[in-house]
Amino acid sequence: MRQYTNVITAYSIMFALIILVGIFQSWSIALTILNYCLISAVMTIGANIQWGYAGLINFGIMGYTALGGLAVVLVSVAPVGEAWRVGGINMMICLGVIVGMVFSIRFTLKKITKSKNRNYLITAIIIIGILLLRLISAPAIENIEAVEPAKTGFLGGLGLPVLFSWIAGAFLAGGLAFVVGKIALGLRADYLAIATLLIAEIVVSIIKHEDWLARGVKNVIGLKRPAPYEINLQQSQWFIDLVEKFHSGKLALINSVSEKQEVLNQLVIDASSVYVKLCFTGLFLTVVIILLIVTQKALYSPWGRMMRAIRDNEEAAGAMGKNVVKQHLLIFILGSAIVGIAGAMMVTNDGLFTPGSYRPMRYTFVIWVMVIVGGTGNNFGAILGGFVVWFLWVEAAPIALFFINLFTAHLPETNEIRVHLINSAPYFRFLVIGIALLVIMRFRPQGILPEKIIKN
Amino acid sequence: MDFINAIIVLLNYTIIPALTYGSQLALGAIFVTLIYGILRFANFATGDMMSFGTMFAVLLTYYFQSLGMNLGIFPTALITIPLATFMMILYMLCIDKFVFEYYRIKKSPPVQLAMVSVGVMFVTQAIIRIIIGPADRTFLDGKKFILKASEFKEMTGLNEGLTIKSTQAITIVITMIAVSIMFWFLNKTKTGTSMRAYSDNEDLALLSGIDPKKVVLITWIIAGILATIGGILYGLDKSYRPFVYFNNMLPIFAAAIVGGIGNPFGAFLGGYVIAFAEIFLTYAYKKFFTYILPDALEPNSMMQILSTDYKFAVSFSILVIVLLFRPSGIFKGKTL
Repeated sequence: MRQYTNVITAYSIMFALIILVGIFQSWSIALTILNYCLISAVMTIGANIQWGYAGLINFGIMGYTALGGLAVVLVSVAPVGEAWRVGGINMMICLGVIVGMVFSIRFTLKKITKSKNRNYLITAIIIIGILLLRLISAPAIENIEAVEPAKTGFLGGLGLPVLFSWIAGAFLAGGLAFVVGKIALGLRADYLAIATLLIAEIVVSIIKHEDWLARGVKNVIGLKRPAPYEINLQQSQWFIDLVEKFHSGKLALINSVSEKQEVLNQLVIDASSVYVKLCFTGLFLTVVIILLIVTQKALYSPWGRMMRAIRDNEEAAGAMGKNVVKQHLLIFILGSAIVGIAGAMMVTNDGLFTPGSYRPMRYTFVIWVMVIVGGTGNNFGAILGGFVVWFLWVEAAPIALFFINLFTAHLPETNEIRVHLINSAPYFRFLVIGIALLVIMRFRPQGILPEKIIKN
Repeated sequence: MDFINAIIVLLNYTIIPALTYGSQLALGAIFVTLIYGILRFANFATGDMMSFGTMFAVLLTYYFQSLGMNLGIFPTALITIPLATFMMILYMLCIDKFVFEYYRIKKSPPVQLAMVSVGVMFVTQAIIRIIIGPADRTFLDGKKFILKASEFKEMTGLNEGLTIKSTQAITIVITMIAVSIMFWFLNKTKTGTSMRAYSDNEDLALLSGIDPKKVVLITWIIAGILATIGGILYGLDKSYRPFVYFNNMLPIFAAAIVGGIGNPFGAFLGGYVIAFAEIFLTYAYKKFFTYILPDALEPNSMMQILSTDYKFAVSFSILVIVLLFRPSGIFKGKTL
């Protein structure tokens, strides 16, 4: 028990902070923050597997998050029949062409010995393939995008329940990670960071500009939800009864019937949004707990020991007969798949897919700060990092505003510096996060909860 | 005649813009490469540091304009370069003193320093946004065009016009001057040689009595000058917006790696490689082919290899290809 004291203390402080937000701001805001904390926690578990367990630096988290989001659209949105009729066949042929390209390249790589001619052959396959793709897809894309461009203009998805998309997101992200890993994992650490950063940028720019796939920057809104809708809740009797029971003490104080009804209505509206968020919290918490148990078991299994050995000394581990390349690829895929789940969860939570909002600042670097602040190589630490940093990211602006008002209280309302500072309060979040990272890196490089190695 | 028209089209829409953009990237890429070669880490704060220097240029330009000072046909921003550079160097030395020096003395692995530079990136972005805000700003004044399309048509009697913006000329000229001075410094002066020695083999350089503090100081100064000039030229040519500068970090990194990270001359050429690739692959060649081909073969499509949306993706793909086949870059890295 004693070894967990600091974990328990850290988490208690964190939850106390969230509860404080609930009391001082509102419960709805507190739950929104909590939900995002949980999503961030899933991302940090993914990043921590790669960085903490294996020492692989992946600055492409944004790309996997976006792919997870794309999975929600591809799985849960109802298929657009008209679009499939006008362009579906061509797009399917394109898919076939891509598969054909991949297999012919693989075949060439295997059967022909390394030579200049082989390189020329591969280049020729790629160029011919791309030309074919352009020829086949160009008219189809035009047709698809012409189908009710204001509402659809894309192929739509499979129309399955949205929870399936979380798994699909994991597979999509894992698939991309396989390709990226094959290409880039041989690189040195800082090259790998830059390469993954740029590949993620390519992925996002494809999602942004291929409108037939997921409407690009026109966004997909009104995605399905695994939780009830507020408006339905507000009309169902059982929910109103529940709210009435919950607030019976408060309601009993009001005498007039009409006033009572009004107060009750307001309470029901507030409660419905809290209820929906609680549903999401439950779902996210389940995912986090499952992932935590699995990763924790993996960390202390022989496999986890092997990963640490590879991380600490690649040559020695290789000499002991461990396949370093294969294990690196495996862990790269696993970590990215978890990030993919997080991406799908986030889009499900928001109910909309906005490719334009995927920016490396928010989806790569902030996640990295979370992992480093929380504690690399320690799952509890990584999750805590997700909570702490997300909390700072959201609450930095109100806190900054409070301090600005405090320090400029003696200045008149119209003072230029004061107005300027108040307007730039939202940017203090960058300052807070940056300083948090620098301070942790300097004074506690292992993070708030450092890695713990249990020796039996 | 048609042939000359075709050449003019290419010059006007691809070659001159690519040279300009390439110069801006090249300055940034040399900055990345110098830091990588001598201080030995990938600096993720590159874009924001350039932005920081440019911010002072923008503010000073506004200040000088309010005083009624200007350079006539040249942009006022040019007189702000020394002051902006000075502020930038000051900021960089502060950052180095309070942040990077500790890790350098401890001989931390490059990854840790890269991570620290992410922290610096956050702080720099915050400072920039708090001081100047995230809005788009133009600070170009003076004469806008050296050569207008209509003037060119009148002069030569061709169908196609050639436009040269003053910012394009200024960018190319200043880049050439700055880069030549830098190469002269690195190759011909004693300090430059000691920097190259330090980059090549730190221990040996220290043994032969090179002062590491001085090398680091000079590196930050040169890097600061290049970064500020690059940032100001980019801002003059397009406009100043902090977010765009952060994004520019990506093609700059691509240029530095393509040229072989650690090799300033490679980075210089890498900037142009990336810029030309981006512009040549996303330009619609319809007009060009209409001139050059006989009427019967006239193209009816845009003749565009990739849509301009994928401009950034092009440079990143080049980077990935280079990393795959020649990880040390086109011009072998680590030879400052």
